[in-house]
Amino acid sequence: MTVIDAARAVTSRSRLDPALVASTIAAVLFLAAAAVPGVLAPYPPTALALDSALEAPSLAHPFGTDQIGRDLLSRVVFGTRESLLIGFGAAGIALVAAIVLGSLAALGGRIVSAVVGRLIEVVFAFPILLLALLLVSILGPSAWTQVVAVGVSTAPGYARMVRGQILSAKNAGYVEAARALGHGPWRILRNHVLPNAIRPLVAVFAMALGQSIVWASGLSFLGLGVAPPSSEWGALLDAGRAFILQAPWLTFIPGLIIVVFALAATTIGTRIQRSLEKGE
Amino acid sequence: MTLTSSTERRASERVGRAVRGGRRLALRVIGAVVVLWGAATAAFLAQIALPGDRATAIFNIRAGQAQERTPEELAPIVDAFGLDDPVLLQYLHYIGGLLRGDLGTSYQQFRPVWDLIGEQLAATLTLTLAGIVLSWILMVAWVTLTAGRGGRFRNVGAAVDTIAAALPPYWLGILLLLVFALWLGWFPVMGGSGLIGILLPALTLAIPLAGFMGQSVRAEYEHTLDQPFVLSARMRGMGDLSVRLRHVLRHASLPAVTLTGWALGATISGAVIVEQIYSRPGIGKTLVSAVGAQDLPVVTGVVVLVAALYVVANVLVDIAYTLIDSRLRTS
Repeated sequence: MTVIDAARAVTSRSRLDPALVASTIAAVLFLAAAAVPGVLAPYPPTALALDSALEAPSLAHPFGTDQIGRDLLSRVVFGTRESLLIGFGAAGIALVAAIVLGSLAALGGRIVSAVVGRLIEVVFAFPILLLALLLVSILGPSAWTQVVAVGVSTAPGYARMVRGQILSAKNAGYVEAARALGHGPWRILRNHVLPNAIRPLVAVFAMALGQSIVWASGLSFLGLGVAPPSSEWGALLDAGRAFILQAPWLTFIPGLIIVVFALAATTIGTRIQRSLEKGE
Repeated sequence: MTLTSSTERRASERVGRAVRGGRRLALRVIGAVVVLWGAATAAFLAQIALPGDRATAIFNIRAGQAQERTPEELAPIVDAFGLDDPVLLQYLHYIGGLLRGDLGTSYQQFRPVWDLIGEQLAATLTLTLAGIVLSWILMVAWVTLTAGRGGRFRNVGAAVDTIAAALPPYWLGILLLLVFALWLGWFPVMGGSGLIGILLPALTLAIPLAGFMGQSVRAEYEHTLDQPFVLSARMRGMGDLSVRLRHVLRHASLPAVTLTGWALGATISGAVIVEQIYSRPGIGKTLVSAVGAQDLPVVTGVVVLVAALYVVANVLVDIAYTLIDSRLRTS
């Protein structure tokens, strides 16, 4: 249901909106790169060519080559799957935590909602990067840590949204009507409040995905995430840092890919949100 | 008769106002204490949560290699960190230490955390404040130029806000370095002292923050442009630019003031990344190596400091609010 809504939201507006068309094309390309990297990449990601090391972007190597002659375009394409998995994992953790905390804050008893609400606000006030760094230092740097750290650190922002959605759904006219018809509180919650509070989260998930990849790459950039032999986008950035003066494309291009991904995800998310709001 | 009653009423109003003001202040103070206490407790829990036996972990972090240690080897560490004490006592010790300004002892270097980050904090804070000031300048200039103008101008203005807010500092920093230092050669590539050296790093922090603030200021700005007092100022013959700067901006800047208090912590942690790109001094290097080595007291020390700065920033935000919005001074 929600997926169909989302698809309809995307297609019905696509004729009007060039930003959305561009975002959708980018999203399709990213998904294709994650699914079948071998089809899109011009070279194997580990093909060495020491005689063509640190070459600037050219027709043969559109994104240039790294210090041991590997084709950067191929590395970016082959890194897409890992980057997206980290992003999906972190966004998933963030939204599940947000739904649990947001529901408790909106629906719990007086004490529970006050305590959880206050907790959300205090953690939300805290910078995401610092929170993620704190979690990495407890769990030790690794890809799994990266997923958990980014997911947990970004959760409070979404938890506030969920709480707001549930509170406004609770006070909506159709809930009033259901109550007047004599429906019990659990039935109202299950049939009316939660579906209406959770539907907008389809849009939030798209935005969370973009944000997660930006934060996770930040951790990799600091050398605290996936380590350089991997071609995850943040790890590519980190590996390119040593050559920032001789071969700036090694950092510039992976960074650009991350920004394009984040912008595409945010654009799709906001458009879905807008059309859901219009539909209701 | 009527005179006395009206004086009495005024007096009782004044008392009521003072009580309300006092209550507001008390709530603020309680809120600040809750934030600090929450951060301190989280910092303590994080140190406890280090997986495995803590004494062994600390020993191994210090030695730089992971292996089993004998109780004799661990005894000095158990002693130094009070690891045999009940958890509640350790907690009270930690909180007591914080109250005396003791942030704990580094696992890696066996030096007080304050010694490690205190001397570098000034550099990071200078960069952070320069970034915030610069972001205000950029935001005010951009919004004043584009908000409420016809068609295309307005859309471009809003689109730039959105894109700027989405730029991660690690990429923006590289971009600015490439364009201004390598390509145009206007700035030194690495280091550089004084105003020239800080401009690119500060700009890296400022551009996303300016976009972020611009998004909410723009909405308020366009709303304010339609207000009657703006029309009346125009009818008095005031020029467009001075209407925007003297009347509209004052109203529209309030959300940005709030956001600045909120964004201070984010800007400090952004500074950690920026310091890495531009090889600047500051807490960045210490923090990143502490995170990699799981040297928790250093990380939690930064966490507690940022929480304290957050509280200070929000007091300043309150003061700024009353300065900008004179209605708050009387109510």
